[in-house]
Amino acid sequence: MSQSHVAPRAGDPEITPALIKEHGITPAEYERVVAMLGRTPTFTEVGIVSALWSEHCSYKHSRPLLRTLPTEAPWVLQGPGENAGVIAVKDGIAVAFKVESHNHPSAVEPYQGAATGVGGILRDVFTMGARPIALLNSLRFGPLSSPRVRYLFSGVVKGIGDYGNCVGVPTVGGEVVFDPSYEGNPLVNAMCVGVLREEELIRAVAEGVGNPIIAVGARTGRDGIHGASFASEDLSEENEAKRPRVQVGDPFTEKLLLEASLELIRSGHIVAIQDMGAAGLTSSSAEMAARGDVGVTIDTTKVPVREEGMTPYEILLSESQERMLVVAHKGREEQVREILARWDLEAAVIGEVIAEPVYRVTEGDRVVAEFPGTRLVTDCPVYTIEAKESTALAEARARDPHAVAPHEEEADPIWTLERLLSSPTIASKAWVWRQYDSMVRTSTIVGPGSDAAVIRLRGTDAGVALSIDGNGRYVALDPRVGGRIAVCEAARNVACSGARPRAITNNLNFGNPTRPEVYYQLANAVAGMGEACRTLETPVTGGNVSLYNENPQGAIHPTPTIGMVGVLDSLDHVTPSAFQVEGDAIVLLGDNTAELGASEYLLRLHGLAIGAPPACDPAAERRLIDALLEAIGHGLVRSAHDCSDGGLAVALAESAMMHRDRTMGFQVDLTDWADLPLRALLFGEAQGRVVISTPTPDALLEVAARIGVPARVIGRVTSAAEGVEFVIGAVSARSAIEPLAKAFHDTIPGIMDGGAPAEHAVATSHAPTTD
Amino acid sequence: MRVGIIRFPGSNCDEDAYHAVVDHLGAEAVFCWHKDHDLQGADLVILPGGFSYGDYLRPGAIARFSPIMQEVVAHAQRGGPVLAICNGFQIACEAGLLPGALLRNAHLRFICEQVHLRVESIATRFTSRYHIGQVVRIPVAHGDGRYTADADTLERLEGEGQVVFRYVDAGGHVTEAANPNASQRNIAGIVNAAGNVLGMMPHPERAVDVRIGSADGLPLLHSLADSLLAEVGA
Repeated sequence: MSQSHVAPRAGDPEITPALIKEHGITPAEYERVVAMLGRTPTFTEVGIVSALWSEHCSYKHSRPLLRTLPTEAPWVLQGPGENAGVIAVKDGIAVAFKVESHNHPSAVEPYQGAATGVGGILRDVFTMGARPIALLNSLRFGPLSSPRVRYLFSGVVKGIGDYGNCVGVPTVGGEVVFDPSYEGNPLVNAMCVGVLREEELIRAVAEGVGNPIIAVGARTGRDGIHGASFASEDLSEENEAKRPRVQVGDPFTEKLLLEASLELIRSGHIVAIQDMGAAGLTSSSAEMAARGDVGVTIDTTKVPVREEGMTPYEILLSESQERMLVVAHKGREEQVREILARWDLEAAVIGEVIAEPVYRVTEGDRVVAEFPGTRLVTDCPVYTIEAKESTALAEARARDPHAVAPHEEEADPIWTLERLLSSPTIASKAWVWRQYDSMVRTSTIVGPGSDAAVIRLRGTDAGVALSIDGNGRYVALDPRVGGRIAVCEAARNVACSGARPRAITNNLNFGNPTRPEVYYQLANAVAGMGEACRTLETPVTGGNVSLYNENPQGAIHPTPTIGMVGVLDSLDHVTPSAFQVEGDAIVLLGDNTAELGASEYLLRLHGLAIGAPPACDPAAERRLIDALLEAIGHGLVRSAHDCSDGGLAVALAESAMMHRDRTMGFQVDLTDWADLPLRALLFGEAQGRVVISTPTPDALLEVAARIGVPARVIGRVTSAAEGVEFVIGAVSARSAIEPLAKAFHDTIPGIMDGGAPAEHAVATSHAPTTD
Repeated sequence: MRVGIIRFPGSNCDEDAYHAVVDHLGAEAVFCWHKDHDLQGADLVILPGGFSYGDYLRPGAIARFSPIMQEVVAHAQRGGPVLAICNGFQIACEAGLLPGALLRNAHLRFICEQVHLRVESIATRFTSRYHIGQVVRIPVAHGDGRYTADADTLERLEGEGQVVFRYVDAGGHVTEAANPNASQRNIAGIVNAAGNVLGMMPHPERAVDVRIGSADGLPLLHSLADSLLAEVGA
């Protein structure tokens, strides 16, 4: 087929090797483009390829790995490849969910970067026909001692809050981790969950020759051009100059778009709808066409723009926010316009679905870009890099954590416990979540601060439990084990709230994948995640990949974050994390070990990221979850809290004092494990452990024994006045609640509001975080 | 009893108000669109929370000019009850239905949490089911909730018993720490002189079920229902 009618556009730059390089296209990729087209691409075409073949849009380094993940289960209605995954819950009700990162924009402009991240993930969910009911986020920053980090942290939190609060979707949970490896490259991952009736599910597949393609919502401006490509390169000093690539959010328009989109979907006037997210109009139109295996033509002069004189290149690559692309049924354009006008939103027909197998862009009558068939999407190269473990990290893993000399003060475990509770990673994040509206929609049964959030589904007695989790240090020190732990911990959190874990979405935050050491981490972490997902029967329904998280100091810890969705058949099974009743027995499900490697203890007390992360056996985790859920189902569990950062001692302390206004005490005897190193017993992070309070310990132990989960009564819940007490053989340690509660609750407000410098007195050095 | 819930672009507690009225009070509710002039025969009007028109200029500043607000003001002038919650309170102040203004929280941050309120007056149609001095738990969620008025207005409000709710600690004491936004005199809610318009920053519609944290907002809805029934009976 002749494509000679595509000619360079007057005023566009000449195609040179320098221009190709500037667009992040390798010489080999350029050859591929020339071969596909049979000619030199135009400037507009170079822009399109640059966006669609960016890592962010194409997953070219991760696709072969992602294909190994399990994606199916009887309850999965929509797996990967759509705007969001969908699972069935109960009585025809389903939930759609997805996580996405906005790391690079947030590093440069934290407020707008985080806000637009929330906007994007909301759109991914409501374009499936689902009404958003919950937001969560997973954040990582450098140490709070840095003023720059405090600026990023407060800006990101405010950006998330202002956006979600205005749209009226509650932010119900999340995690915040502070670690030197994220200094200069913070991670901002946002997750959204929406609810729909199964028959309302709509997919973003362009269909029906002659159907009009309509641009909806905000006008297109020059903001965010090349955001997707920006997200696919390392951060550098010059990134400050890339601030204009960060988009600006308008949550009010988003709210209108949300209502209008749901109304449009339910009206039956449209065939498909997709967010103009990363790579804007280009990617939304090309992806919808590829899924439908049809041709499309788009006229850039028809796109409503904010400013005069925008070129096709700019219009196609703009990432202006709060815009959607809709394929309507032919002849229903007026009805579509009417619905949008009701919400004061614009709609413009900008193209149509065509029979001819091409992706064509015109500027009026002139063709400025044309690609054969769907090859623009399908011809993107896929890379497999030779994987090689970093020697520095292998050496760090080989170091023996027990050889690290304790501080003199550690003779008193309470001293250590207080330091851990005031570690910003462990300390209460109430300062953060008080800035989020966690209650709007009046369905939040369990809000922020617990193992998992629980949201009721109106019209049923069911609920969903939601958690987002990850631990980059584990993955850095052993990617395979770390990948397994990320999934298992998220599942454990959801189970602690009383829900059966059902499916995950994931965000893979890694460094530059063209480096063998990073590719090794990516490949092994994904393998570990897959192992855990298969055993726990929690398939992956979608996610996001954020690579090139590097800055002049090096790569971040490889950080897969797992967004887990669990289902509660009845809200009667909702289980809190905190101790409830004085006199209840405290039972430990799972077993203590001598493991201490990769712990928060080593980082916080000794400034070290060394040793092997704790072993993780997904089959044992599965049994633990089964036992926990059976016990909860029988009403044997008053509270359940999983052991994670800071180990058993921190889990006990949190169970007693996570709510400042209703603290409890506890008394535990761990003499059964007196032969373990004391700090491993108290602060090691052995996996597969849950601290339970129960009025009926015997019945609980019976359930555990039958399912094959180690379980022992270790103490009892006391009043706050009685404080906390640990007995381990000859060692005993006691404390009043108040100093511990103060360490837990006042640390972050003290740093952010009190002008107090971050307390880092005990951490003197930082281990290398990468090679 | 028919409740009209005003829906502005950017309202986001409209659905919550609807569920509170329909599911928990068992009354009828309708949504009234901001572009319309029709209250659909509502006995009670609720101005719900949210971010009307994005609140980009100043909370409530644009909403007061919307067509439906002419009808709301007329309804209030006829003595019809209006419950103005959060953004609704801001709109009611902008529209002149209530005295004073809601400024940016003193700490400049949005705040969402359960707070304790003391019921300062039960001689209103909104609070007859409470007892005087009762401490209730009702959540706040706002960035602009610092109630402010001139000294004369404050004196008049206090003197006429128009201060209905005050932020207190769990023990019922008025303290600075219990004041989430630095409102003057810890004021959380007021009525107008005629007693038919209540504005409050806390969200009673979010406190209708212990499973979501509190049911302490229910007596407010029941008080209103009582007062409307009494009118019909009279």
